[in-house]
Amino acid sequence: MPAQAQDQGSVEVLHWWTSGGEAAAVNVLKENLEQQGIAWNDMPVAGGAGEAAMTALRARVTSGNPPTAAQLLGMSLKAWAEEGYLGDLTEVAEPEGWDAVVPEPIQEFGKYDGHWVAAPVNIHRPNWLWSNAKIFEENGLTPPKTWEEFNQVAQTLQDKGIQPLAHGGQNWQDATIFDDVVLGIGGPEFYQKAIIEADPEALGSDTMVQVFDQMRKIRGFVDPNFSGRDWNLATAMVLKGDAAMQLMGDWAKGEIIAAGMKPGTDILCTTAPGTEGAFLFNTDFFAMFDVGEERKPAQLAMASAAMSPEFQETFNLAKGSIPARTDVPGDQFDPCGQKSMADIKAAQEAGTLMGSMAHGHAQPPAVQGAMFDVVTNHFNSDQSSADAAQALVDAVAAAQ
Amino acid sequence: MAYSEKPAGKRTLGSFLPEAVLAPSVLMVLVGVYGFMLFSVILSFTGSKMFPRFVFTGFDQYERLFSNPRWTVAVQNIFIFASLYIICATLLGLLLAILIDRRIRAEAVFRTIFLYPMALSFIVTGVIWQWLLNPGLGLERMVQSWGWESFSFKWLVDPDMAIYTVVIAGVWQVTGFVMAMFLAGLRGINQEILSAARMDGAPTLKIYSRIIIPALRPVFLTAFVIEAHLAIKSYDLVVALTKGGPGYATELPSTFMYTTTFTRNEMGLGAASAVVMLVALAVIIIPYLYSELRNERRG
Repeated sequence: MPAQAQDQGSVEVLHWWTSGGEAAAVNVLKENLEQQGIAWNDMPVAGGAGEAAMTALRARVTSGNPPTAAQLLGMSLKAWAEEGYLGDLTEVAEPEGWDAVVPEPIQEFGKYDGHWVAAPVNIHRPNWLWSNAKIFEENGLTPPKTWEEFNQVAQTLQDKGIQPLAHGGQNWQDATIFDDVVLGIGGPEFYQKAIIEADPEALGSDTMVQVFDQMRKIRGFVDPNFSGRDWNLATAMVLKGDAAMQLMGDWAKGEIIAAGMKPGTDILCTTAPGTEGAFLFNTDFFAMFDVGEERKPAQLAMASAAMSPEFQETFNLAKGSIPARTDVPGDQFDPCGQKSMADIKAAQEAGTLMGSMAHGHAQPPAVQGAMFDVVTNHFNSDQSSADAAQALVDAVAAAQ
Repeated sequence: MAYSEKPAGKRTLGSFLPEAVLAPSVLMVLVGVYGFMLFSVILSFTGSKMFPRFVFTGFDQYERLFSNPRWTVAVQNIFIFASLYIICATLLGLLLAILIDRRIRAEAVFRTIFLYPMALSFIVTGVIWQWLLNPGLGLERMVQSWGWESFSFKWLVDPDMAIYTVVIAGVWQVTGFVMAMFLAGLRGINQEILSAARMDGAPTLKIYSRIIIPALRPVFLTAFVIEAHLAIKSYDLVVALTKGGPGYATELPSTFMYTTTFTRNEMGLGAASAVVMLVALAVIIIPYLYSELRNERRG
């Protein structure tokens, strides 16, 4: 056996899953491949999260020496595919029936020109509201279900001297809240029109003005020190009881668990106000580059391993997200994960499963950046809502 | 006739050595600096997105650049930052140099203390000042905990004032270096002139304003050029101190260039912003080079 297990090639993988749980989860994939005799090389990029890695990736690919696979997010995946650098996974995707188990809106990112180019490994849900159960219980409150309720609850808390909302003032965090408000106030159809289709009429509509009005109210419920704070520090405020709520994706569960608390019990998870019934997502993919014939078998083996239900379960238990395959049983997951898994099925049927703009699954980086600029500028200034909506129309048009 | 055996066209290996050794670095500078400058200029006239793509679009990218509110903020900020940074660092550096030049005790200790910030990278400086200026962690909290409850210093989180915190940190870092330059200049002044002036009974203030400071003119120029290019290329300081925020209130042209090129897949637009920075820098540097070269020829 060992003789056969030798030398089935190797895969080189660029990713930045380096935190404890994530690294352990990636290890599962690595061991799986090593059992098949495929060596696993991490492509090291100093500087950690994201940007530096992406720059290095571009240099590698343009010089004609792409890695086997790289961790990519939705829209950047599309850009790479359009540039023609991604390979074809049909050989494993078809017999393994990926089409049947991966939700349609996610397929749109994983497939290009009708064939699979990347293996989706998880689904994150950015539209969550995390609430400190103790604070809510002591004050006889329940987590708000609409933005109107949110304003009342937050006001009540603020009047009692409790910080209502923990927030970090970075543009993607502002945009995460913006996504929630657009979806919560405008509804799924409006979100689809304004954010995913970037329809100028929707972007400049009265509904968008209301969205910015709500953003201004939210600004009043965060502490004066929020500027530039990292998201995990904001999560820590909720965990410690320094703040009552946070609007953040389910990666916050990692912090909750690390603090020895239980998601769903100590820290309540509810969908962001007004967004029940809809599901925003962002998904990590292993994008498979167009490598030579001799590297292809190892690449296909890796794609297949990444899509196996066992890996998807292990990986997502560690990551806080849910599997990209909807046929993985949910009994191992915490209540928030189980709710996510149930909600995504409902949203899929209702057609309300949509990509998150804040997390790069709605607009290409240029337009996303333009939206970020407007949202974050409005949040950090006294710009009127009408001006902000107009600025959004202009900025999006200029970036397209 | 001794030279006739060695015609001018034939040189020994030894005489080629300096050129041979210098050639690779000259080549690298030509390609790596000037070649890529040219490449950036070319890119700025294309519609390049994620990768260079040579579809020429004329001045489109420049039009987009100057209609981008974020770039407007970046340009305003670089004017505020560069002018305050240069003025404050020069004046403070000169003042410190003059004070140290008064033959104070423990001169070396002071020199080291003032020069030390220069040894830190901008990232470290940025992080230190981020802690000091963060209202919830640093100065404000400390003074309030001393009992002055109403004390408030929130520049770091105030969009209108945040750029000034970048100035504070930048000046703190570079002043010692400017001081060292002025100190060297002061030490180079002909002592006989000063003695003569003193002998004539000129008051100290007058000696400084009429003799010493005018004599430091070349140092002022050098300091200005160094500070100006540090200001225009400052990137890491902002990244560490404010991450460009609140919002994009502390955006500088350099952070704009990086974000547009590398995270927003707008390579053409990023190149246009880089070219504008290059031109701005050239406007400052070329007159300086010109005057330097002219002096050299004269000398």
